[in-house]
Amino acid sequence: MAEHTTFKVFRYNPETDSKPYFQSYQVPLQGGKTVLDGLNEIKGQQDGTLTYRMSCRSAICGSCGMVVNGHSKLVCRLQIAEVLKNFDEVVIEPMRNFEVIRDLVVNMDRFWDKMDKVTPWLVADEENVPATERLQSPADFNVIRDASSCIMCGVCLSDCTSLEVDSNFLGPAALAKAFRMAADSRSVDREERLLELSKEGGVWDCARCYECVQVCPKYVAPMETIMKLREMTLKADLVDNRGTRHVEHFTELVLDSGILDERRLPMKTVGLTDLKGMLHMAPTGLRMMLKGKMPLIHPHIKDVDELQRIAHKVEESK
Amino acid sequence: MRVHDVVVVGSGLAGMEAALRASQDGELDVAIVSKVFPTRSHSGAAQGGIACAIGNQDPEDNWEVHMFDTVKGGDYLVDQDAAELMCKKAPEIIYELEHMGLVFNRLPDGRMAQRSFGGHSKPRACFAADWTGHAILHTLFEIVLKRKVKVYSEWYVTSLIVRDHTCHGVVAYDIMRGALEVFKARAVIFCTGGYGRAYKITSNAHANTGDGLSIAYRAGIPLEDMEFVQFHPTGLYGSGILLTEGARGEGAYLLNNDGERFMKKYAPERMELGPRDIVARAEQQEIDEGRGINGKTCVNVDIRHLGKERIMERLPQVRDLAWDFLGLDCFSECIPIQPTAHYSMGGIPVNLDCECVIDDKGTKIDGFYAAGECSCVSVHGANRLGTNSLLEACAMGAIAGTSAAKYAKSAPDLSLPDDADVEAKREIDWLLNARGSVKIADLGDELQRTMMDDCGVFRTEAQLKRQYDVVKNLQQRFQSIGLSDRSKTFNTELLGALELSHLLDFAEVIVLGALNRTESRGGHSRKDHPKRDDANWLKHTLAYKDVDGPRFAYKPVTITRFQPQERKY
Ligand SMILES: Cc1cc2nc3c(=O)[nH]c(=O)nc-3n(C[C@H](O)[C@H](O)[C@H](O)COP(=O)(O)OP(=O)(O)OC[C@H]3O[C@@H](n4cnc5c(N)ncnc54)[C@H](O)[C@@H]3O)c2cc1C
Ligand code: SF4
Ligand code: SF4
Ligand code: FES
Repeated sequence: MAEHTTFKVFRYNPETDSKPYFQSYQVPLQGGKTVLDGLNEIKGQQDGTLTYRMSCRSAICGSCGMVVNGHSKLVCRLQIAEVLKNFDEVVIEPMRNFEVIRDLVVNMDRFWDKMDKVTPWLVADEENVPATERLQSPADFNVIRDASSCIMCGVCLSDCTSLEVDSNFLGPAALAKAFRMAADSRSVDREERLLELSKEGGVWDCARCYECVQVCPKYVAPMETIMKLREMTLKADLVDNRGTRHVEHFTELVLDSGILDERRLPMKTVGLTDLKGMLHMAPTGLRMMLKGKMPLIHPHIKDVDELQRIAHKVEESK
Repeated sequence: MRVHDVVVVGSGLAGMEAALRASQDGELDVAIVSKVFPTRSHSGAAQGGIACAIGNQDPEDNWEVHMFDTVKGGDYLVDQDAAELMCKKAPEIIYELEHMGLVFNRLPDGRMAQRSFGGHSKPRACFAADWTGHAILHTLFEIVLKRKVKVYSEWYVTSLIVRDHTCHGVVAYDIMRGALEVFKARAVIFCTGGYGRAYKITSNAHANTGDGLSIAYRAGIPLEDMEFVQFHPTGLYGSGILLTEGARGEGAYLLNNDGERFMKKYAPERMELGPRDIVARAEQQEIDEGRGINGKTCVNVDIRHLGKERIMERLPQVRDLAWDFLGLDCFSECIPIQPTAHYSMGGIPVNLDCECVIDDKGTKIDGFYAAGECSCVSVHGANRLGTNSLLEACAMGAIAGTSAAKYAKSAPDLSLPDDADVEAKREIDWLLNARGSVKIADLGDELQRTMMDDCGVFRTEAQLKRQYDVVKNLQQRFQSIGLSDRSKTFNTELLGALELSHLLDFAEVIVLGALNRTESRGGHSRKDHPKRDDANWLKHTLAYKDVDGPRFAYKPVTITRFQPQERKY
């Protein structure tokens, strides 16, 4: 192993820099050190102006989310050696989808604003409060256990595909919190919540890209909680909205060509008569097109009938 | 200037409980000021559980048994009226948290589950998997949001405004904007957490620099029992990050460099399962006598014999920690560990209403309160039991909130002293213009290393005298530091320097307190005075800031139900 590791760090101080730049540092590397150790070494010995957040250095406080070589991570639990397995240098940038305040520090207001929107507390029966605890079975505890492990680090928002194109999207962390509240056996407002979450920016706007599940440093698996919220909504037969229609038409369209037709899905979902709705979708569609996420000409896969047969079997076995 | 009725400094369990109680009836304007965002507070790191004698697991349990365990665990330096208060209040606190929405493990019948913990004679720790502190912290924060309590996040409190034994508010620095502001308040509650960062090897977060303690100390308030620092036996080598006690519970071996299970020499019956302080001292002795691994300051935890399956099922976190923080594979390798500074028993002296009292006559600082790890109501005495500190933070935080609110409602509206922020301004200006050649990182590192070596698990007169010289020398060199960041936006270098100046202030109090106390009790272990000495030392230390260093006084321990006995397990 080389004696030094190159850290290439995003720098930006609004007081002195007209635009961001990268600065390289040579960090004396010892095995068993984390990327946060590297940053602390730079700050303590080479450059006191380097700015970032951290506190617990044990992956529990959620302060140190950053983008490292392209993916959002907690730098306190990332071994330098782990990065060097795939890259020659450690490249560190601030989290995406947030405004940069200085260097690696971002403004987290957006995260908390979204959290605020999902009524992030338990609404239980306040009239009949028992003298001791409200009962909850171990099975019911298990339903909300993993979703409760969120440390609000924002890493999932930083890598969220839907948020990138639609700033209204509530995002993985807030929706996971909403799930934790709605699925709590002690909650009394499940239906209101599900209705609220079915509105624009809610559970039906997740692109199901799985990024958030992959990057989450805890056991939250946000996308899975979003899918559970969808299921709860469908089961309760609460809404006939774009979201539920989206699910139905999604399957229909995929079975038609073997690949999701991103051009037709919004029309089907929003409904061609809802002009305002269609106009609202247009910018999102355009952005997706520009980012290459939606081809103009829709391809077909070779064996569509094979896929249709599989789907039929699945349907039968339900 | 900002004006609130009650200002709570700190947003861990103690701070949020205090703010919620103080704002409960909606009559007062309450604000929280915290240097980190509330959910980033170190309370979130607590793993094991929160003690509460509700008897769900063992109906024989009650507050009195809990109180006895607490008093004995604290080596009889516990103020027994305070321990009684806390243990009696525990059920109310736990049920209230549950009603707020707390997510906790359950028994088959739906009640909260409880488990055993070191030093507790009954299974009374309520818990959420191995993230109990996280669960409570987030639940309290949810209610803070619901109640719309005003939170100043990422504001660093630099000083406390006290004149003529009355508190008028605090001065705080807005980290985002780089502006200093005065907060006028009728009551101020300090919930600023522990001081583990005085040590190199610690389970504490970088933020646990004990600022609140030296801020109070500089304002003329004494610090109590600072020499009592708890070391946990299993901190990861090099960092001190906590490896759960569960590892030993599941059958891990502790090995020295000869591959010997050394605990057979220190606790032949309980072996690795001995109490925390005994195991920590055994490890330190092995290391001191040259049997550390490859001559280093660590011994090994070996869990290889448990097998991959059992490790994955019972100790997944241990596997993650070893890999994430040491790059080690615990299925095939031993994990190096060492004693780690874990909990601070000492703090700001308060009475049962969490009012700050500055002597043995009960003289108060009107309008100033403290709760949680930064305070010393002395429920932990010389050594706190695991799971008792989350309880203390919640229970005493709640009490502080209630009493501060009561005071704030009737307190006269005083005018602020003109010079309220003069000292704070001078301090910040001085730091921003500090252009010396000494690096703060080097001073911090030297302080932490030497505290570990000479004021750590074991202490002797010679070591402590040496360490006193080191601290004085560091304080002097602090005058020649140089900072490179003069920016107003998020200047973390400036904060680092402020924190270091606090560490240097109260480290002196720890060292001299330890030098004076010529006995061994709980977390304070003097090799040259290995016995507890009730005749001379059954008393609390109080250290007052004087011109050339701390001046010491002592106050008696409150003993109500349990007479001191030898502490045997
Ligand atoms: C790894 C670990 C595991 C633990 N496990 C357990 C356990 O299982 N059970 C148990 O009972 N105890 C446990 N403890 C101890 C327990 O977690 C703490 O004692 C307790 O959480 C302290 O709470 P607190 O509210 O007093 O302080 P903290 O939660 O530390 O909060 C301190 C607050 O003060 C603020 N602050 C500090 N200085 C300033 C300043 N200058 N200006 C503004 N704000 C400031 C901080 O921002 C923070 O919000 C554990 C401790 C550690 C380190
Ligand atoms: S799965 Fe959904 S919520 Fe998760 S990152 Fe992708 S779009 Fe965002
Ligand atoms: S869901 Fe995971 S990634 Fe997102 S904020 Fe919570 S802990 Fe972080
Ligand atoms: S420093 Fe707390 S999560 Fe990384």
